[in-house]
Amino acid sequence: MRALPVGEDALLVEVASAEEAQALHAALLRRRAEGALTVREIVPAARSVLLDGLSDPARWMSELTASAGDLPSPRARALVELPVRYDGPDLAAVAAHWQVPEREVVRVHTGTEFTVAFCGFAPGFGYLTGLPARYDVPRRATPRTAVPAGAVALAGPYTGVYPRASPGGWQLIGTTDAVLWDHTREPAALLSPGTRVRFVPVEGP
Amino acid sequence: MTDRALVVVRPGLLTTVQDLGRPGYAHLGVPRSGALDPPAAALVNRLAGNPPGAAVLETTLDGCALRPRSTVIAAVGGAPCPVSVGGRPVAWGAPVVVPAGDVLEVGAVVAGVRSYVAVRGGLAVEPVLGSRATDLLSGLGPAPLAEGMVLPLGRPAGPPARVDAAPQPGPPAELVLRVAPGPRADWFTARGRYDLTARAYRVSPASNRIGLRTEGPPLERAREGELPSEGMVLGAVQVPPDGRPVVFLADHPTTGGYPVIAVVRAADLPAAAQAAPGTPVRFAAVGR
Repeated sequence: MRALPVGEDALLVEVASAEEAQALHAALLRRRAEGALTVREIVPAARSVLLDGLSDPARWMSELTASAGDLPSPRARALVELPVRYDGPDLAAVAAHWQVPEREVVRVHTGTEFTVAFCGFAPGFGYLTGLPARYDVPRRATPRTAVPAGAVALAGPYTGVYPRASPGGWQLIGTTDAVLWDHTREPAALLSPGTRVRFVPVEGP
Repeated sequence: MTDRALVVVRPGLLTTVQDLGRPGYAHLGVPRSGALDPPAAALVNRLAGNPPGAAVLETTLDGCALRPRSTVIAAVGGAPCPVSVGGRPVAWGAPVVVPAGDVLEVGAVVAGVRSYVAVRGGLAVEPVLGSRATDLLSGLGPAPLAEGMVLPLGRPAGPPARVDAAPQPGPPAELVLRVAPGPRADWFTARGRYDLTARAYRVSPASNRIGLRTEGPPLERAREGELPSEGMVLGAVQVPPDGRPVVFLADHPTTGGYPVIAVVRAADLPAAAQAAPGTPVRFAAVGR
């Protein structure tokens, strides 16, 4: 674990893996809930957690460096099930990349428990980890100018679900009717860092 | 239909509703948003008798025109511009009365980029996650102003300020941004790090609420490729593959994979909001 200063009142805490980042994020949330950590934002990412708007960055810099490696495993979080029609236009490309039949892509994807590692790109867009590294896929060479809301997609080690229509370069394998983001709902985001996710196959449309 | 409202007569190039933004949701991918020049927004609110967090309008270069349905008190500040009510010139940087049905014309800036318009009572559009700010990156908050749009007003919280004119900083002739080293300064060569603070840059016309883009010498990288996505802060100086530094402003993405070579002091960012395309930019190294 390494804490890097970011400007006047932020620290970027780097760790070795996605799992450590998730554990660190959970530990920091606990410290904040206990009142031990005063900070505006706790932003987990691929292999780091950003603490932005810290009241005492110097103290946390030394504290986080001293506590290296001492991370309790995160408590089990709520499980969200997302119904998916595996009808994406890139399903065949992903199957070819995995060198398996398309139905095997569906079997592996629905047989995996995912965790929201972090959010970004758009409100409510989660980067879900859980697939073994051998199933990493590249982004599309040419991004699509329009990906529909609810598209279930793969890129690198991640699965994501587009909360709203937007441009995107991920490989689309399916579609869900679940509403990922609704600012009038509490909470607005269906998926937040730490949420466990399972994709459940449904016949479409 | 309430008569406590403004009708948009001329929306201008890009006019958005802004307040203090929605900090605290970055972990969900929600940018902080909010006024790009917070001191200017706070000042016009004070002039109009509003609390600092009341929603105001942020214009871009060519102002806007508004017709209140009932008589209101308004104040225009930020980038200096001519202001008129019902065709007659009135003060910029001071509370002015806009009679019901008259047009408040906020003219094109004479310097700077963004003027702010506060109306007593504040704009009462529907908040999203506690803020009325328009976030142009993720599309949260009200759409940018369009002709004919009706903006409801809130209840007045207090009396307008009793001043004729309030001093405001002029837009920068040269934008000096004090920077501390960023978390990924080591992704650049010694030459690249030196160039950031030694070479001359200019504000690019491609700048927007997401970032102040620059034109100038590309910064030399020591490492190629991208980082795994990591959290980004306001004022981060991110360097995309073309090598030209981009300073993250209020609507910046919450995570990103391009290296951050430096971070601008928060106190210097309001001036960045008022630096017109072509303005010389100098990054000045300071300690943390």
